[in-house]
Amino acid sequence: MKALRNLLDKQKPHFEEGGKLEKFHSMFDAMETLFFVPNRVTTKGVHIRDAIDMKRTMIVVFIALLPALFFGMWNIGYQHFLSYGEHPGFWPMFWYGFLKMLPIIIVTYGVGLGLEIIFAQIRSHDVNEGFFVSGLLIPMIVPPDIPLWQLAIAVAFAVVFGKEVFGGTGMNIMNPALLARAFLFFAYPGNISGDKVWISDKADAFSGATPLGDALTGHFDNLPSLYDMFMGFIPGSNGETSTLIILLGGLFLLVTGIGNWRVMFSVFIGGYVMGLLFNLWGYNEYMQLPAYYHLVMGGFAFGAVFMATDPVTAAQTNKGMYIYGFLTGMIAILIRVFNPAYPEGMMLAILLMNVFAPLIDHYVIAGNIKRRQKRLKLATS
Amino acid sequence: MSTTHKIKKGLDIKLLGEAEKTVVDLNAKRFAIKPPDFTGCFPKMLVKEGDDVKAGSPLFYDKYREEIRFTSPVSGKVKEIVRGAKRKLLHVVVETDGKDEAIDFGKADISTVDRQEIIDKMLASGVWPMIRQRPYAVIANPEDEPKAIFISAFDTAPLAADLDLIVHGHGKEFQAGLDVLTKLTSGKVHLNIDAKNTTSKVFLNSKNVQLNKFSGPHPTGNVSVHVSRVDPINKGEIIWYTGPQEVITIGKLFLEGKFDSERVVALAGSEILHPKYYKTHIGARIVNMISGNETGGHNRYISGNVLTGEKIEKDGFVSFYDSMVTVIPEGDHYEFFGWLKPGLNKFSFSNTFLSRLFPNKKFRIDTNLHGGVRGYVMTGKMEKVFPFDIYPLQLIKAIMVEDIDLMENLGIYEIDAEDFALCEVIDTSKTDIQEIVRNGLELIRKEMS
Repeated sequence: MKALRNLLDKQKPHFEEGGKLEKFHSMFDAMETLFFVPNRVTTKGVHIRDAIDMKRTMIVVFIALLPALFFGMWNIGYQHFLSYGEHPGFWPMFWYGFLKMLPIIIVTYGVGLGLEIIFAQIRSHDVNEGFFVSGLLIPMIVPPDIPLWQLAIAVAFAVVFGKEVFGGTGMNIMNPALLARAFLFFAYPGNISGDKVWISDKADAFSGATPLGDALTGHFDNLPSLYDMFMGFIPGSNGETSTLIILLGGLFLLVTGIGNWRVMFSVFIGGYVMGLLFNLWGYNEYMQLPAYYHLVMGGFAFGAVFMATDPVTAAQTNKGMYIYGFLTGMIAILIRVFNPAYPEGMMLAILLMNVFAPLIDHYVIAGNIKRRQKRLKLATS
Repeated sequence: MSTTHKIKKGLDIKLLGEAEKTVVDLNAKRFAIKPPDFTGCFPKMLVKEGDDVKAGSPLFYDKYREEIRFTSPVSGKVKEIVRGAKRKLLHVVVETDGKDEAIDFGKADISTVDRQEIIDKMLASGVWPMIRQRPYAVIANPEDEPKAIFISAFDTAPLAADLDLIVHGHGKEFQAGLDVLTKLTSGKVHLNIDAKNTTSKVFLNSKNVQLNKFSGPHPTGNVSVHVSRVDPINKGEIIWYTGPQEVITIGKLFLEGKFDSERVVALAGSEILHPKYYKTHIGARIVNMISGNETGGHNRYISGNVLTGEKIEKDGFVSFYDSMVTVIPEGDHYEFFGWLKPGLNKFSFSNTFLSRLFPNKKFRIDTNLHGGVRGYVMTGKMEKVFPFDIYPLQLIKAIMVEDIDLMENLGIYEIDAEDFALCEVIDTSKTDIQEIVRNGLELIRKEMS
C-alpha cells in the first residue's frame, strides 16, 4: 500500500501539465483515485463533507447487480444444456455462461471506458464513474450470442451520442445502457429479436421462444409456469430473467437509499394497473393474461429496478418521479400487448419516458412557481 | 404564545468536542474588524497604522453607503492594516491598551427616542452593521423599512454555542435592544426560540415581541426557516434580522451611550482539549484560546461552525457575526481504497456506510473532500435536508445558467447560501453549492441596484 503510494507519487509529475505523459493524465487520475481517495480538502463553503462520493454510489449499484449477473451466467448454461436435454450440474452450467459473458463484459468495458477516458482528457475533467455501472448493465440486457463487433459499435454509440455529446454523466437525456440496446435492436434486429437468439448455441429442435415471444404469437399454452418465470429459469437477455434475484438487488438499492423507491414502485404499479385495465377489456387472449404475469415476464423487473431508476434520466422532482414511473410501467405493457413487431416494451417505454421526464418536471416545478406567485399577489393586493 | 413550528427535514451532524458550559476571560490583546465579513461592502479607511482609537472610533466606512461606519471594538492603537491581492483590505487590527475607553454617543430614553434618532446613533457608533437584511444577507439599508425583524435565539448548527448561556444576566439590555428594534419596523419583531431547549428567562420573558417556537434538526435555527414559516418574503419585500448578542449591544448603546462590543465565544471541535466559552470582544484573536489547548497534528481553525464558518489562521480573528470557533483535523491525506471500506467511522447521510447503524454516534470528521467533483447525478437527496418549499437542485442549476427570472420564480429571495450548507455536505458530486448560491444572490443584487 505504501509502496503503491510511493510509486504513484513518483510517476505523478509525468502525467501533470508539462509532463511528458500529459496526454494520459485522465487515465492516471482514474487509476490513482481508484486506489486512493485523494488528499483534496475543502477550501470554501462547508468544511466537512459526507464520506459518500460517486465511486461509493456506483459500487453500491454494482453490488446490487452482481446476484443477477451470476444468476444470468448460470441460466445461460442451463438454457443451453436444456435445449440439448442435458443436465451437467451447477458448475458446468455456470462455467459455460461465464465464458459466454466474459467477452461481452470485457468488450463493453474496454470500448466504453476507453471512450470515457478519451473524452475526459479532451474536456479536461475527471473520468466519471457512471460507466462503471453502465458497463455491467449493457452485458446483462443483450442476448448471450451477440456478435462482439456489433456490441462494440453499440457501446460506442451509446457513450458518444447518448452521453458525451451532452457533456458526460449527469447531463445525458437518455439511459446510455438502454440506448446501446436500442441501437442493436434497430441496427441488427436479427441478432436481438426472434426465437433464435435467446439461448446460446441452441439445439435446432428446441423452441427457444421467450415467454414474451410465445405471448405475442398467441402460444399461451407454451408459457412457462409463473414460478419458473419468477425464479428466472427461462430464456431471455443475459441478466434479466430472474425477477426474484432482481428484487433482491432492488432491495439492496432501497436499503442503501441509492435506488429511488418512488420510481421503482410506481413502475410496478403502472405496469400492474395497465395489466388490470387490459383484463377488463379482455379483447384477446393476451389481454386476458393475469396482470401480475406481466411483472415477471421479460425485462420488466430489470427495467423497473435498474433502468428506470437511473437518477439522471428519470424525473428529478419527487412528484414527477411518481408520474414518470407510473407511465413507464403502463407504456411498457401497452407496447407489449399492442405492438406486433416488438415482443418487449420496457426498453422503448423507458427511453420514451426519459425524453418526457424533463417535461414532467417542468410542470411539477411550474406548480411550485404558481404557488409563489399567488402568495405575492395576495401580499400586494 | 403561538404553536410550535415543527420542521421535519434537515440533519443534525453530531460532532465530538462540544463546549463545556463554563465561561472564562480570554485576555486577548488584539482585535480585528475584517471587511470581507460584510458582503458587498467596499471599505474606505478612516485611520492609519499607529492612530489611537477608542471603542466606537470609526475605522472605515462603506464607499457606496457612506453613512455605514465600522468602528473599533476596543480602545488602543491601530496596530496593522492588512491588505491582500489587489490591495483588498483584509484586516484592520487594533491592539488594546486595556483602558476600556469608549466614545460617548449619549444615553437615550428608549420610550421617547424616535426612529431617525435610533438609526443615526446606530450608524455613528458602528452598531448598525449588526442588522442585516433578507434577501441577499447584506447589511440593512437604513433608508428601508422592513416588514418585520427576526431574531434567532437558538443555533442548530453542529457544536453551536448555547445562546441561553451567552445571554445569561443580560435581561435588561436584551429587552432594551428589543424595544429599540420594535421602533425600526412597522411590522412585528419576531423572537424565535427552540420549543424544547430554550429555557433562559431572558428570552422567555421578552416583551413587545412575538415569540415563535420551532423544533427540528438543523437548519431549524436558520433565519430563512423562521421567515418561511412565520412571514414569507415575496419579491420586493425586505426583512431585517440580527442575533441575541447583537441585540444586547444595541440595548447597551441606548442604556449606556457607548459601543460595548463584548462577546461570549464558544470554542469547540474534536481537536480542542478543553472546549469551553470565552468572554471577550468582537473580532478577538483566537491564539490565546488555541495555544496549549489543541491536539497535535494539522488542524483547521474555523471562525463559526463547520458548515458556514470561515477558515482562519491559528493567529487569526473571530469574524464579526460569529460567536464560535471550531477546530477540526485537516484531511490532507490519501486513503487506500477509502471508497470501498465498510466505513464504521465514516460520517455519511447516505445508508451506504455501516456507521449509519449507530445513529447517536459522534464523529471526528476531517476536512477531506472524500472524492472528486462530478456532474449532478443523484436526485431527491438535497430535498431531505432542505426544509423549504423550494426545489434546491433546480434553483442551483438556474443560478449556474444565470437565469434571473427563473431564480426569482424558484424562490431565491427566500434563502441564503447558509441554507444550502447541508446540501453541500451531502452532495455526492462535491460541488461548492454555497458559493454558487452566493454568486446568484450577488448577481441579482447587482442587477437590481
